[in-house]
Amino acid sequence: MTDDTANTAANAQPFSAAEVAALRADFPILHQQVNGKPLAYLDNGASTQHPRSVIDAEADYYRHDHSNIHRGVHTLSQRATDAFEAARHKLQRFINARSEREVILTRGTTESINLIAQAWGRTFLQPGDEILVSRLEHHANLVPWQIVAGQTGALVRPIPITLDGEVDFQGFLDLLTPRTRVLALSHVSNSLGTINPIEKFIAVARERGIITVIDGAQAVSHMVVDVQALGCDFYAFSGHKLYGPTGTGVLYGREALLEAMPPWMGGGDMIREVRFEGTTFNTLPHKFEAGTPNIAGFIGLGAAVDYVQGIRLARIAATEEALLHYATAQLLAIPGLRIIGTAPHKAAVISFVVDGIHPHDLGTILDQEGVAVRSGHHCAMPVMEFFDVPATTRASFAFYNTPAEIDQLVGALHHARELFC
Amino acid sequence: MDLKDLYRDVILDHNKRPRNFGMLAVPPAHEARGANPLCGDTLRVWVQLDGERVTDVKFEGKGCAISVASASLMTEAAIGHTRAEVQAQFERVHNVFTHHDAPLDPALGKLAALAGVRDFPARVKCASLAWHTLNAALSAADAEQPSATPPTVQTE
Repeated sequence: MTDDTANTAANAQPFSAAEVAALRADFPILHQQVNGKPLAYLDNGASTQHPRSVIDAEADYYRHDHSNIHRGVHTLSQRATDAFEAARHKLQRFINARSEREVILTRGTTESINLIAQAWGRTFLQPGDEILVSRLEHHANLVPWQIVAGQTGALVRPIPITLDGEVDFQGFLDLLTPRTRVLALSHVSNSLGTINPIEKFIAVARERGIITVIDGAQAVSHMVVDVQALGCDFYAFSGHKLYGPTGTGVLYGREALLEAMPPWMGGGDMIREVRFEGTTFNTLPHKFEAGTPNIAGFIGLGAAVDYVQGIRLARIAATEEALLHYATAQLLAIPGLRIIGTAPHKAAVISFVVDGIHPHDLGTILDQEGVAVRSGHHCAMPVMEFFDVPATTRASFAFYNTPAEIDQLVGALHHARELFC
Repeated sequence: MDLKDLYRDVILDHNKRPRNFGMLAVPPAHEARGANPLCGDTLRVWVQLDGERVTDVKFEGKGCAISVASASLMTEAAIGHTRAEVQAQFERVHNVFTHHDAPLDPALGKLAALAGVRDFPARVKCASLAWHTLNAALSAADAEQPSATPPTVQTE
């Protein structure tokens, strides 16, 4: 595991203003005007931006090393294979998987979860089996379960959430039955920022042999994740929320489970021997990696992992926590503004509504002020339904954001109120 | 681009106090539902006909200022007019939304207030949802056997 293990956010220092300024210089995209105002990029929950080292890693690969991987004996193919597998090795160490066999490279969190639902779920779920899905989940950790439930006759049961926006632990315990087979749970809620205490959910599930599927898309950029310490069976995340390229994702799976699962997609790379009489499949992790992957993307993601480990995730977390506290206090001072999701443990995500102004209108007004936020249902319609709002505005912060950008957001919100209220 | 071009006083006024907000009994009225899957906004539009003439239009729903104001202005523009006139107005409005530089037809009247939308492409769907939903409600009126569930349109 990385040096970060011993350095949790609790004892790490936030970056100083001078350090943040220096780090911002690593991100070319941040230095631009939008609608005549300096860009304040507060939509990191949707996708994070890329440091130059990631952009360069991808570009250098295309300039010097590109070829297909795991085939061909020529030099470029060997270089591409080595670089790709080196990225897998970095990702294995990043989440502390036992081996690279447990690190399946996918297109993103969504594909990772669909892979589990289809390869594990479709094989092992029986009619009447129960899949517990928290009401907080992104549609990507709900809809794949609905699909496989339809295919197998299993049932999807929602785990309730509290008014603070936390998954209700007692509600989870109350739902357990001898037929419970799967627990699908987000580490960090994308719509509200809640950090769920997944360890205690996983502990209960493991005792009962329930498969645990953790959506870590919003977690890996904010905290050190150690899949062995968590004890989960599956953990999924995306590269583009970790300062890496889009179209890259990871599925961590416990090796014994991955071994027992049939392949999901068939094609090149995932086979050992193909005959019309029958085909044998490749070993892990390649069994689940049919077709040519996003080679350059994963090399970029490897560079992104180097970047966050180089500046230390614990300091990223401490910096974002300070931004969260500052932004929460500033936003709550705006009349008519209500924060949705008030759990005590939150990542740097603030979802809010303003009386009399629809989030879509707010999104347009903020954009005119150079402030990029997400407005909508955040692919979490059951969450919106629970809080009885059609949509929210979500500001989500990264370590490269500044208090001045939060002030810019607050100024734009005052402007919106002048226009509407 | 100026925000005041999008959020003109007429738009803000119709958002705050939408006209013809409510429901009509089905039958004799016809209903359609509209949804914008991108933002989750939903809209219901009812239309009542006397022969070829639109005698009443009402709408309900949750949406942004642009979609609510557009629906509200639409009801005012439709009530009392023939179906052919409503169709012509629909085409004029559609033209405004989709053609950035088209000159504003004087026949638009108050609906010209919606023209600011075309400088904000991300918001055109908000403004057009009500109009597509009204069209669907009028089509429902043409069906010989009214369906048990109202037709649903989605912005693409």
